[in-house]
Amino acid sequence: MSTDSGGGGSLIRAAREPGVFMRLARGNLELWANLVVITWAVVFAIWQGSGFAITLGTVFAIWAILAVSLNLVVGFTGLLSVGHIGFFGIGAYTVAILTSNAQYEQLRTEAIPTFGWPFFAALPVGIVLAGLTAIAVGVVFNRFRDDIFVLVSFGFAVICFNVFLNSRALTRGAFGIHEIAKPEIGSVAFGSEVAFLILALVFLAVVVLISWLIVSSSFGRVLTAIREDERATEVFGYQVTHFKLTVWVISAMMAAAAGGLFASWTTFIDPNSFILLESILLVSIVILGGLATIWGSILGAMAFVLLEEGMRFLPFLPDEYVGQARQVILGVLLVLLMLFRPQGLLGRYKL
Amino acid sequence: MSDVEEQDGQPAITREDNGSAGAEGNVLEDSFILEMVNVSVRYGAVSALEDACLGVRRGEVVAVMGPNGAGKSTVLKGLMGLAPVVAGQVYWRGERLTSATHEIVKHGIAFVPQGRRLFTHLTIEENLEMGCPYLRDRPEVRRRMDSVMELFPVLHQKRRDLASQMSGGQQQMLALGRGLMANPELLLLDEPTLGLAPNIVKEVFQTVALISERLGTTIMVVEHNIKGVLDIVDRAYILDTGRVVFEGTPASVRETNILAEVFLGKVQRADPDEP
Repeated sequence: MSTDSGGGGSLIRAAREPGVFMRLARGNLELWANLVVITWAVVFAIWQGSGFAITLGTVFAIWAILAVSLNLVVGFTGLLSVGHIGFFGIGAYTVAILTSNAQYEQLRTEAIPTFGWPFFAALPVGIVLAGLTAIAVGVVFNRFRDDIFVLVSFGFAVICFNVFLNSRALTRGAFGIHEIAKPEIGSVAFGSEVAFLILALVFLAVVVLISWLIVSSSFGRVLTAIREDERATEVFGYQVTHFKLTVWVISAMMAAAAGGLFASWTTFIDPNSFILLESILLVSIVILGGLATIWGSILGAMAFVLLEEGMRFLPFLPDEYVGQARQVILGVLLVLLMLFRPQGLLGRYKL
Repeated sequence: MSDVEEQDGQPAITREDNGSAGAEGNVLEDSFILEMVNVSVRYGAVSALEDACLGVRRGEVVAVMGPNGAGKSTVLKGLMGLAPVVAGQVYWRGERLTSATHEIVKHGIAFVPQGRRLFTHLTIEENLEMGCPYLRDRPEVRRRMDSVMELFPVLHQKRRDLASQMSGGQQQMLALGRGLMANPELLLLDEPTLGLAPNIVKEVFQTVALISERLGTTIMVVEHNIKGVLDIVDRAYILDTGRVVFEGTPASVRETNILAEVFLGKVQRADPDEP
């Protein structure tokens, strides 16, 4: 017995003791969330092949840009906006209209002005336009907080949708805009799916870098303070309206960049791409990933895209019900999340 | 301004009681660095402060006391531009003080709000840094932080911890430290001992006295703990139903029965028939 409790016993104990990974993984939901979503993405990509993976990657990059940018406002600053889709639409429509070429007009039932600008000239205009719009509405929105802020941002999303729908001379209304140009820099064209994916990922990387610089700076610390106690932040002399407006404008400009990419990638946009439901989905992604975490938004976007696209392959679900079913599933998922993990997969705060 | 006179090389204010609320010529006493003159604060139809005249001299520790709802905290909020001042003026070194909080802070006035209001998702160091919004000089920020941590060693030990991980007393020290980060000339403390255990209350009062003594900071403290605060202040104002009903030294407060009157309602009137 004494021998067993010596060398043999220690071997048994060693075998029973959890390894470094297991110790790390035990009770660490954040690690598991990362592992599950990333493994799911890799398996899905291998299963469906590179072509579909590239498409998914592009969709993911666009949603991730939107989610990261929205998290700056919702997660880090505590302003629950459901109007982000409006800025996404401004970016998309600006790129669509400015890149519109006269040769495509023959394809259209209703003419709009044609400019024929290259993508990389149109995109900054869209970003600036979204920024200016954000300043204009932000000055008004700064007066509101909490529930009222949600309502006014809802109003903004509705107004944007109606502008896209009814400004037919500029947006062609419900007909939408076709044949939107692909990006080109000199002789380098981003017409292929792979090239576009790389471009979208570069945009995502830039957005993540800017967001990281913001949240890890003293500016970001003030945003966190505003989120926690806006009044107390004011007491120390911080002009919180300036901070809130600045992050709101930056976030809107990022969303517009995503919109420009989206328009160019799909080559067709209509107002239905910018309905309130899309905004709700976007907020859901941010909540799913977690508030006030950049990586959480990326992971949330990845999980959402995998869920959305993965449902196409459910054998018992007819194609025509996929759209509705994914909304139902996302809704159920959010309810479960609020019940059992209100801070999202990787979040620091509860909504 | 006609109501401001130059005394000893510094703008000083002379009292000129003309009886009209909010009149610019109506000021209290000379050598006040900060004073409120006939200030009224209203929240809608509710009057929280009525014709209040208070002042604080450089280096003084002044208490503002009174029962619940007397308007004690409103005094500080009115000074900081956090409450709607509907009448009267606030002067800082003889100049009218703006109602914009961020401008008031630039004058060297720091406010430690009631309930500590710490940013619990920030570390102790980050909380301290929040106390000096207009300081861009990193070495100076570091130097001030070291000074605060020297004053409150517990903050140094836990500097990388989240504020939420501290006890109530430690959180109050952090709140005081955060106020001191602005290197204020005047520190406004709103109920610094609220919700603290008796032994911690004593420690907080000792700390307030230490700040005054070691740093020479002028302090105005709103406090419900009368006994404790009277031991550390130079003067006290007593408020009742939004009005200043008494002003004097701690000794004079103890000598009169004003505290019993305002807290217990034992009002002794000269004319018993007066309603």
